Amino acid sequence: MTDIKRRSLLAGIAALGTGACAKIAGSETGQNLFDTAEDWHRSAQRALAGRQRLAPEYSPEDRSPDFKGNGSLTVDTPQYRAELTNGFANWRLQVGGLVEAPLSLSMDELRALPQRTQITRHDCVEGWSAIGEWTGPQLSDLLDQARVRPEANFIVFRCADTLYGRDYYESVDMVDAYHPQTIIAHLLNGEQIPEKNGAPLRMRIERQLGYKHAKYLTGIEAVASLDDIGDGRGGFWEDFGNYQWYAGI
Amino acid sequence: MKRHGLITRVWHWLNAAALIVLFMSGLNISNAHRYLYWGNYGFDPADAWTSVMRFPGWATLPQRYDLAAARDWHSLAAWVFAVALLVMWIVSVANQHFWRDLRTSMKDWSPRAIAQEIKAHLAGKFDEPERKYNTLQRITYGIVLGIFLPMMVFTGLAISPGFEPAAPWMVDALGGRQSARSLHFIFAWALFAFFAVHIVMVLLSGPIGQIKQMITGGQREVTEND
Repeated sequence: MTDIKRRSLLAGIAALGTGACAKIAGSETGQNLFDTAEDWHRSAQRALAGRQRLAPEYSPEDRSPDFKGNGSLTVDTPQYRAELTNGFANWRLQVGGLVEAPLSLSMDELRALPQRTQITRHDCVEGWSAIGEWTGPQLSDLLDQARVRPEANFIVFRCADTLYGRDYYESVDMVDAYHPQTIIAHLLNGEQIPEKNGAPLRMRIERQLGYKHAKYLTGIEAVASLDDIGDGRGGFWEDFGNYQWYAGI
Repeated sequence: MKRHGLITRVWHWLNAAALIVLFMSGLNISNAHRYLYWGNYGFDPADAWTSVMRFPGWATLPQRYDLAAARDWHSLAAWVFAVALLVMWIVSVANQHFWRDLRTSMKDWSPRAIAQEIKAHLAGKFDEPERKYNTLQRITYGIVLGIFLPMMVFTGLAISPGFEPAAPWMVDALGGRQSARSLHFIFAWALFAFFAVHIVMVLLSGPIGQIKQMITGGQREVTEND
């Protein structure tokens, strides 16, 4: 066989294979298979690591010299610019949804709560990692204060930033919401979180990838279902790019 | 007696399909951040020990750059690959396939024995009448089954943040998360190298018969001692 012929044969076989793959991926059965595999990964990881097992914590000298900013690097509104210059004096965090006692907290009120400091590794879905020290109150404290109703199954994080014209948001289930390392960070390496990393507030969901760690946080909402939020897939990247809702892999 | 047992054959093809999907979707994932690091962190290309090429569409799954879709394929095929590997290993140990057919002895590893084997290979003599697999095959299959394939599973688990709390020692043993990611990449290419040699050897040793045997099981030539 000549080289050209062999090459076109190989290309043909490859195209057949990838064509079939595209068909599988586009079909409902294909999507169900992917979702099942994702569920199994989540169940297996939860079974092995338990609900409370911690992500590794590092010592100060292990921190990366910088903390890469990715996705939204700022919030492009005059209000945000004003907040940035006056140290977020008027920034408020709303805690609502399926709770008995909704909260609205200022930065000072958040700083007055019991704090957790943790040096953790941040893994981006793209593959890179950075290590930083985060400080803030535990989400479980806020949820207890607001008294989450039993019908709540998810916690949704509302953000000030937009990407590709959509509001950024994220969500986790109650296991990750009540995990001890799930904190609402206001300090990175002992200082106010830099603009590119989500000032003034950023969620830390330490056992999942970076896109779950919502930046520029404005609200926390307890909900029964994710169906009616955004496109119903539980987060900005989940809706916009079809990313996995469970980002433990 | 069949040349290849049923479990061997089913595993071979299942593993081949899973590896093709994993490799091609892995190349798509690699395109998301083409830099590899040692240690726990790494995001600045200036700190990378290497940057890898941007893999062209024809080599990736899906063919356009789509990190989310590639991760869907990767996470699905990972189950097939890891579970099949585990079952294959349990069966191979239980029925002594590994001990009987793939074990090497000290004398197989002597430079002289290996030189002789290579000479025989170059002369096109692959079969050793008294043994199912010759020494080079035993060494190669042993390394692939015992090191390359399991390392793909271990390094894959180690770079999953949701798995890490269950076995943080695994990430440490591999030198940190970015080291584990680098090793995942290196062992993937080691497997690709095996794949290339494997295909060449099949082509040189009568491909139709070889493929037929790996599907039907074939017949093993019975010798007096068998």
